[in-house]
Amino acid sequence: MAGLTIRDARKAYGETQVIHGIDLDIADGDFVVFVGPSGCGKSTLLRMIAGLEEVTSGDISIGDRVVNDVAPADRGVAMVFQTYALYPHMTVYKNMAFGLIQAKTPKDEIDRRVREAAKILDIENYLERTPRALSGGQRQRVAIGRAIVREPDVFLFDEPLSNLDAALRGQTRLEIARLHQRLKTTIVYVTHDQVEAMTLADKIVVLRDGLIEQYGAPMELYENPANKFVAEFIGSPSMNFFEASQEKGGFSIGGKKVSVKLSQEVNAIDIGIRPEHLKQTTKQKAVLSGTLDVVEQLGDHVLAHLVTGQGNEFIAKFETLGDIKLGDTLHFDATKENIHFFDKTSGARLV
Amino acid sequence: MAVVAQSSRFSKLFWPVLAWTVALVFFFPIFWLIFTSFKTDADAVKPDHLIFFKPTLENYINMTENYDYWRFAINSVITSTFATVLALVVGVPAAYAMAFNPTRHTKDVLLWMLSTKMLPAAAVLYPMTFLTKNFLDIYDTHFLVILVLCLINLPIVIWMLFTYFKEIPKEIIEAGKMDGVSTWGEIKDILIPLAWGGVASTALLCFIFCWNEAYWTVRLTTTEASTLSKLIEGNRAPEGLFFGRLSAVSTAAVAPIIVLGWFCQKQLVQGLTFGAVK
Ligand SMILES: Nc1ncnc2c1ncn2[C@@H]1O[C@H](COP(=O)(O)OP(=O)(O)OP(=O)(O)O)[C@@H](O)[C@H]1O
Ligand SMILES: [Mg+2]
Repeated sequence: MAGLTIRDARKAYGETQVIHGIDLDIADGDFVVFVGPSGCGKSTLLRMIAGLEEVTSGDISIGDRVVNDVAPADRGVAMVFQTYALYPHMTVYKNMAFGLIQAKTPKDEIDRRVREAAKILDIENYLERTPRALSGGQRQRVAIGRAIVREPDVFLFDEPLSNLDAALRGQTRLEIARLHQRLKTTIVYVTHDQVEAMTLADKIVVLRDGLIEQYGAPMELYENPANKFVAEFIGSPSMNFFEASQEKGGFSIGGKKVSVKLSQEVNAIDIGIRPEHLKQTTKQKAVLSGTLDVVEQLGDHVLAHLVTGQGNEFIAKFETLGDIKLGDTLHFDATKENIHFFDKTSGARLV
Repeated sequence: MAVVAQSSRFSKLFWPVLAWTVALVFFFPIFWLIFTSFKTDADAVKPDHLIFFKPTLENYINMTENYDYWRFAINSVITSTFATVLALVVGVPAAYAMAFNPTRHTKDVLLWMLSTKMLPAAAVLYPMTFLTKNFLDIYDTHFLVILVLCLINLPIVIWMLFTYFKEIPKEIIEAGKMDGVSTWGEIKDILIPLAWGGVASTALLCFIFCWNEAYWTVRLTTTEASTLSKLIEGNRAPEGLFFGRLSAVSTAAVAPIIVLGWFCQKQLVQGLTFGAVK
C-alpha cells in the first residue's frame, strides 16, 4: 500500500495544454474522487497516474518512488475502465488471471487470488463464461476483480458506473465503498456525478480546465467551497446565486439587509444559498422573497422553483408544500453560516 | 392496388432475370475456357466443332508430361505462401502501431503507401530488371518473386489490417498494458485473437493477389522461379494457335484459386464486411 504524490504535473497534446500544473498529495488508504465537468482533464490525469499517458513535465510518485518512466504494469496500480475493457476472447477466470500470468505468479497462487476475488465480488459461478455471456453489472465486477487480484498499491477507476442503470449504479457504488473498507487500499476514482463523489470520497478533487479548484473532504467542500465554481458543482440541486447590491454595512438581495464584514474590498458580490438551507419565514424577517413558479415532487421532498422580484430564479427545498399554491409569494431566511459570499468577477470566496 | 401488385410481379421477375444474365455473362469466359480445354487444338479452331466435339484429356496429359505443369504450380504455391506470410509478418506490427499509437503523420503514411499502387508498374520495369539482373543478381529466384509479391501487396495488407484493428476498442489494448503484456504478447494474445477474422481475410486476399499476379512474375523470371502465370504466358506467345492447350493450362492455373475462394467464400464475405468485435 502506498500514497500518491503529484508535483506540478502538466500534460500537453502538441500545442494544446490540457493539464496545467497539478499538485496533489493523496494519503495512503484514502479514497480520492476527481470530479469536474466534461473535458476538464479528469481522465487524462488518471491516465497519467496509470502510465497510459506520458507526463509532459512534473513528477508523479507512488509511495516514495517517482514513476514517470515506469511501465504501467510496474507502478503497482490497477485500473478499472469505464467500458470494462475485458478481453472478449478469454473466460472470466482467464481475464482475471491474465495479469498474474504475465507476472509469472505461481499457478496455485493465481488460483487462490482469483477465487478469493470472485468470492468477494460474487462472481464465482461465472468463472468459465466469456464476458459476452455476462450482464453489464457482472462485467463490471469482473473488471473490478481483474484489478483486485493484482493486489495493487493504488486502484484507479475511470467512471466505472456510468454504463450501468440507476438501480445497479447505486448497488455497485455501495459495493465499491465496502470494498474500500475491506481492502483499505488507496483509490483514485473519476466521476462527473457529484453524488458518487460525496458518498464515496474521503477527499474530493474538483477540477476545472486542467487545474484543481479545491481539494478537501466532501463536507468541507459543501460547507466551505473555495469559490463559486465549487459551490455550484458540489451539492444537488446546485447552490442558488443572487446578485447583491451593497448597502451601508451589508448587502441586500431584495429583503432584509445581510450584514457582513468582508476581508477585502470588492465592487460586486454574489450571494449563494443552498436550496436546503432556505427556511420559510415572515416578510419582515426575510432576506429573500420569490413567487412560486414550478413545483417538482420528488416523493420525500419537494423542489420549489421561484423567481425573485428582480427576475432571479432560485430553488428551495421543502419536505411538503402544505397549502402553498403556484403564484404565491414566499419569504425565506437562512442562518448566517449558510450564506456564502463570492467575488462577482473572480468567483473567489469572501469571508 | 393493381398497379402495385403488377409492378411487384414485374420486379419479382425482372431482377432475378437480370441478376442471372449478368452472372452468366461474367461466368461465360470461364465456362468457355474449361469447355475448350477438352478440345484438341485442331477442334478448337474449327467452326463446325464449336459446340459438338469429341472430348479429350490430351491437353491435360500433354501439359503435365511435356510442359512441367507441376513445377510451375509448386512455384506458385511456394511464392504465394511465403509472400503472404512475409506480408503479414511486416503488416501486422505496422498496422498495430498505426492503429494504437498513431502520430501526426500516420494518416500521411497510409496515404503514401496507397499512392505507390497508383504508379504504373511498367514505369519501373527497366530499373527493376537492371537492378535484379545485373546488380543484385537475384533475377529468376524464388527469393525475388516472394519479395516482389510481398512488396506489391503490402500496402493493401496494411490498409486492411489497419481497418480491422481500428475496430478493436483502444481500452482493451490499454488493459493489456496495465496487465504487463509485452508488445509481442499484445499482438499474439490480444490483437490477433480479436481480429482473427480480419487477419484471415487479409491473408486470403493477399494469397489470391499473389497467385494471380502476372506482370512481375512473368518479367522477372525465366524458368527457375516461374509461376503458373508464366506457364500461361509461355503457351500463348510463340505459337498462338494452340487454343486447346492454352485453355487447359489456364484452367489448371486458375482452378486451385477458384476452389480456394469457393471454400473460403464465407470467410471472404464476412471479412470484407467485417465490423463487429465489440
Ligand atoms: N489524444 C488527445 N489529443 C488531444 N486532446 C486530447 C486528447 N485526449 C484528451 N484531449 C483533451 O484533453 C481534455 C481533457 O480530456 P479528458 O478526457 O481528460 O476529460 P474528462 O475530464 O475525462 O472528461 P469526461 O468527463 O468527458 O470524460 C479535453 O479537452 C480533450 O479534448
Ligand atoms: Mg473522462
